Amino acid sequence: MKLTLKVWRQQNNASKGALESYQVEANEHMSFLEMLDVLNQSLVEEKKVPVAFEHDCREGICGSCNMVINGRPHGPNQGTTTCQLHMRYFKDGDTIVVEPWRAKAFPVIKDLVVDRSSLDRIIQSGGYISVNTGQAQDANAIAIEKDRAAHAFDAAACIGCGACVAACPNGSAMLFTAAKVVHLGTMPQGEVEESTRVQAMVNQMDEEGFGMCSNTGACEADCPKEISLTNIAEMNRAYLAASLGSQKKS
Amino acid sequence: MSWFSNFLTSSIGRKLIMSLTGLFLISFLIIHLIGNLQLFYDDGGQAFNIYAAFMTSNPLIKFVSIGLYFFILLHTVQGLILWSKNKAAKGSKYAVSNTKTTSFASRNMALLGTFVLAFLFIHMGDFWFKMKFGGSDALNMVTYPGHETAVKDLYEKVAYSFSNPLLVLAYLVGLLALAFHLMHGFQSAFQSLGINHKKYTPLIQMIGLAFSIIVPLAYAIIPIFFFFNR
Repeated sequence: MKLTLKVWRQQNNASKGALESYQVEANEHMSFLEMLDVLNQSLVEEKKVPVAFEHDCREGICGSCNMVINGRPHGPNQGTTTCQLHMRYFKDGDTIVVEPWRAKAFPVIKDLVVDRSSLDRIIQSGGYISVNTGQAQDANAIAIEKDRAAHAFDAAACIGCGACVAACPNGSAMLFTAAKVVHLGTMPQGEVEESTRVQAMVNQMDEEGFGMCSNTGACEADCPKEISLTNIAEMNRAYLAASLGSQKKS
Repeated sequence: MSWFSNFLTSSIGRKLIMSLTGLFLISFLIIHLIGNLQLFYDDGGQAFNIYAAFMTSNPLIKFVSIGLYFFILLHTVQGLILWSKNKAAKGSKYAVSNTKTTSFASRNMALLGTFVLAFLFIHMGDFWFKMKFGGSDALNMVTYPGHETAVKDLYEKVAYSFSNPLLVLAYLVGLLALAFHLMHGFQSAFQSLGINHKKYTPLIQMIGLAFSIIVPLAYAIIPIFFFFNR
């Protein structure tokens, strides 16, 4: 299949980027990343600078392969990362526009690669359990209802790719932060620290310059792990309880 | 900053303010509509004018209405702050825009809100201001049997205003913007409060949709009724 790619090229954060057109010969069995590999191979052969894009596991669990394909983070398919998006979902002769995540808290490093360390700093502010919770078998020492474990696991499926921020018209990281708050706070080991955790993580999220949720649902629609909007409501609840109910005056 | 101002200026605190003021304004829409339905009485405006006089003189109503003005202002200012902060947080836009996964209303709350605000200026300038501050040159005084004090004839003013097709059109545009604003705002207010539940959210969304169609439609009947009946 012959494709026209319009790819965002930007040398570094200070330079001004632009879309550039390329012709690529791909086949429908390739993943989107493999198709980009083909493009890069031809660019290298022409002694041109290949397109910079992030990738690691290529099996849909690392959250690295971040790009906006035809206006949709990770492309048009539901619950799919870019590496799991195959070229059979495109047609011969298609023009595909590929852009980096857009948000003020995600500055572009080069081409399609953005700096997502703002998400790391949200985790560092409270996305952990402070005590040693033991080895794998110790998890069975505390009885946890199946529904509760499943609820925590649904939130824990978040791979931190940042598609929620990229999809959000407000550049908000509420779905990411909420997934972490719910994942840790739903388990008995993490519940103890929920109040301090939610306050610290929301404060850090605000400090990083992420926008505010206006409940458009764009994040949920483009999340490759289909994290639900209900997590945000749960985080709002936890934050209201922590801010208004806790004894701490900060 | 104290814990309270920290809380109110946090992303979730700001959303809480939008949600609570929005829900208050929704409750006002119901009260205002019920009062306005008296315009349909076939009594030359007696019931409506006596009701309007009561609403502008009762001390409790006066007190609540100060709250109402304040909440309209707070909802507007906070909404504008959210809009500008969110615009800055997004930075640049995508070359290909995606409108498939979100509703028109949810993407344009600030724009719809501005339309509603512009409508409020027209509406309050025409009725509220003249009722409150206008002298006898603005509104005629009428007396009704069984009601000793003379009251302002707001009914006549309503009938006169709605004979103007441009004003009727402005009302219909304003109410259409309100309908879309409510379509997202009603259910969004509950989500911001943290109320999202498998059992109750579908019900909230259904009531929200019904409310955002029925209430603006009921309001819209008033100018249309007067335009065609007078």
